[in-house]
Amino acid sequence: MNPDLVLWLAAILFGIGALGLMTRRNALVAFMCVELMLNAANLVLVTMSNVHGGLDGQVAAFFVMVVAAAEVTVGLSIIVMVYRSRRSTSVDAANLLKQ
Amino acid sequence: MILLETMAAGAISYAWLMIAVPAVSAALLLLLGKAADAWGHWLGVLAALASFAVAVACFGQLLASAESAREVTVPLFTWITTPTWHIDAALLIDPLSILFALLITGVGSVIHIYSVGYMAHDERKRRFFAFLNLFVAAMLILVLSDNYLVLFVGWEGVGLASYLLIGFWQHKPSAAAAAKKAFVMNRVGDLGMTMSVFTMLALIGSSSFADVNAAAAKLPWGWVTAIGFFLLLGACGKSAQVPLQAWLLDAMEGPTPVSALIHAATMVTAGVYLVVRSHAIYAETEAAALAVCVVGAVTLLVGAWIGCSKDDIKKVLAGSTMSQIGYMMLAAGIGPAGWAFAIFHLLTHGFFKANMFLGAGSVMHAMGDDVNMRNFGALRKAIPITFWTFAMGYLAIIGFPGFAGYFSKDHIIEAAFEHGPAFGIIAILGAGVTAFYMTRLMLMTYFGEARWEKDIHPHESPLTMTVPLMILAAFSVIAGFLMNGWISGWLNPGLGVAEHEAEWLPTPVGLVTLVVIAAGVFLGWQLFGKKPVPKEVPDTSNPLVIAGRNDVFGDAVNSALAVKPTMLLADTTVANDTWIIDRGVDGLATGFLELSRVGRKVQTGQVRSYALFMAVGVFLVGVLVIVGQLG
Repeated sequence: MNPDLVLWLAAILFGIGALGLMTRRNALVAFMCVELMLNAANLVLVTMSNVHGGLDGQVAAFFVMVVAAAEVTVGLSIIVMVYRSRRSTSVDAANLLKQ
Repeated sequence: MILLETMAAGAISYAWLMIAVPAVSAALLLLLGKAADAWGHWLGVLAALASFAVAVACFGQLLASAESAREVTVPLFTWITTPTWHIDAALLIDPLSILFALLITGVGSVIHIYSVGYMAHDERKRRFFAFLNLFVAAMLILVLSDNYLVLFVGWEGVGLASYLLIGFWQHKPSAAAAAKKAFVMNRVGDLGMTMSVFTMLALIGSSSFADVNAAAAKLPWGWVTAIGFFLLLGACGKSAQVPLQAWLLDAMEGPTPVSALIHAATMVTAGVYLVVRSHAIYAETEAAALAVCVVGAVTLLVGAWIGCSKDDIKKVLAGSTMSQIGYMMLAAGIGPAGWAFAIFHLLTHGFFKANMFLGAGSVMHAMGDDVNMRNFGALRKAIPITFWTFAMGYLAIIGFPGFAGYFSKDHIIEAAFEHGPAFGIIAILGAGVTAFYMTRLMLMTYFGEARWEKDIHPHESPLTMTVPLMILAAFSVIAGFLMNGWISGWLNPGLGVAEHEAEWLPTPVGLVTLVVIAAGVFLGWQLFGKKPVPKEVPDTSNPLVIAGRNDVFGDAVNSALAVKPTMLLADTTVANDTWIIDRGVDGLATGFLELSRVGRKVQTGQVRSYALFMAVGVFLVGVLVIVGQLG
């Protein structure tokens, strides 16, 4: 299997994630975009691990998964709380820090 | 502090008690507070009397000892020890210092007693007596110390006491201002004092009188002259001599006993003491000695001039004090021939001027604290004791034959003539003017029509005030007669005074002086005795009178030479602070504020734009890394 193809796939996934993060207002969608970028990175790690024949990349990928899982727990609960208080999940509406 | 063993025997070994008793009394009176209000003033009087008793005992011992043994040093403790300098605090009991000690404690005790009556109705009289005791202690440190550095401690002590007492009625803005003025002008003189002590320590390595006197002849002329001028500057400040004379007239804001004790009899004569004590230095430098004479001669005339044109009885006496101290300075500058006469006149002046100041206080007491002589007149019947005692002082100061001032002033005039005709003529002229203004004072106060304000009923003062007047009046009569034949011989070993045959009968110069004095009295009677004194101050176009009424423009000169430039400097500094330093710092802060106002716009609160910035940033970092790899 040609690793180039996988790397291209990862790049495309990352690009979609990054663009989505920058363009979508819905916090949940933005969150999914972040996950997409993390997975793109995981894909690169695993591929490179395969190319070099070592296990480091796979270990790193597991790490990223664990951290992402923890992050999802916190992030989702924040989004739920924001939604409860503001009746909206738009990231543009939540700009209190500006003041 | 290492206490030193004393070699002196008898009363002199207890000389330190003279200083310690009033000092402890002052501390007690100040620390005990209201607890001592009822009896505090009597403690003050007792302390002064105790000090006087010790002084008399020391004097008696000196009198009994041989002429060569009349200089006794009483070491007290080691004060300063450094690798370079070793300074002991010691007392020097010699013919000169003991005369001063007697004057300070004697006249001081009399004035303490007088103050009991004068300050009877003052709520803060305990504090007043504490300050008086502090003054006595400091003045005794000044005259009894055996070196210039310890002398300087007393010098500053009397300055402090003078400040506290001039401003004693500090609720009056004029009194508070006068106290500050005296303090500041004395600092100018103190600059001279400190410079002289520094010079001595640097060049001689010691500030004790004995070492300085011994080394004076070996010093280079320039340095010894510098020390002479520094000491003269110090003396001018303390003794209100031209050009530092202006504070003394304002100092009359203080209670009258203070004027009598500090600003007539003792503190203001400290400058004369300093010059006489430093005789070895002035013997080496003609220039500084001449400067002392000139300062004395000028002040003698300026003081008398001011005395002629004031209507405030205390200010006339203050001008007169300046003038009489001018005589002493003149005598002190003449050299060995004049030293003893300077001290002689200092002592007689201490008696008769204290007498007249206390008399003026008694007049004020009778007239409801009025000091304007134009509101007096015809008081000789109303307050006879004050009048008669004042008259003794009057005769003494104008130099009526046989009275105290006659002997002492006559000697100075003669010595001045021997020194230089110009000085002699000024001295004689001064005597005539003195007779004129004192006659004016007497006639305006005690004779003529009563010009009293309504509701004023003059009454004689209580015994606590009149008895001191009588004592001082007696000394105004006999002091000159008592000391005339004795004082030159007494001071001779300590000062190296040229032996002078005591004159008893008037010499030709003395006769001329008497004629001039008579002319002054006659002129005074012509102007103020024959015709009624107007109650309003008459207008005048006479420049001499206008100058005199304005203290010979002393304040204007000070203002132009010192106050205005200092104010200008202060204003410039303030402007610099406000416009340059403050504005600079403010500008910097404003700049950062504006910068942050711009920078804060980046923080939009928009999560998506933050994401964009991050992406762009990562992209740029990536580009940099790749470009770096290529390079």
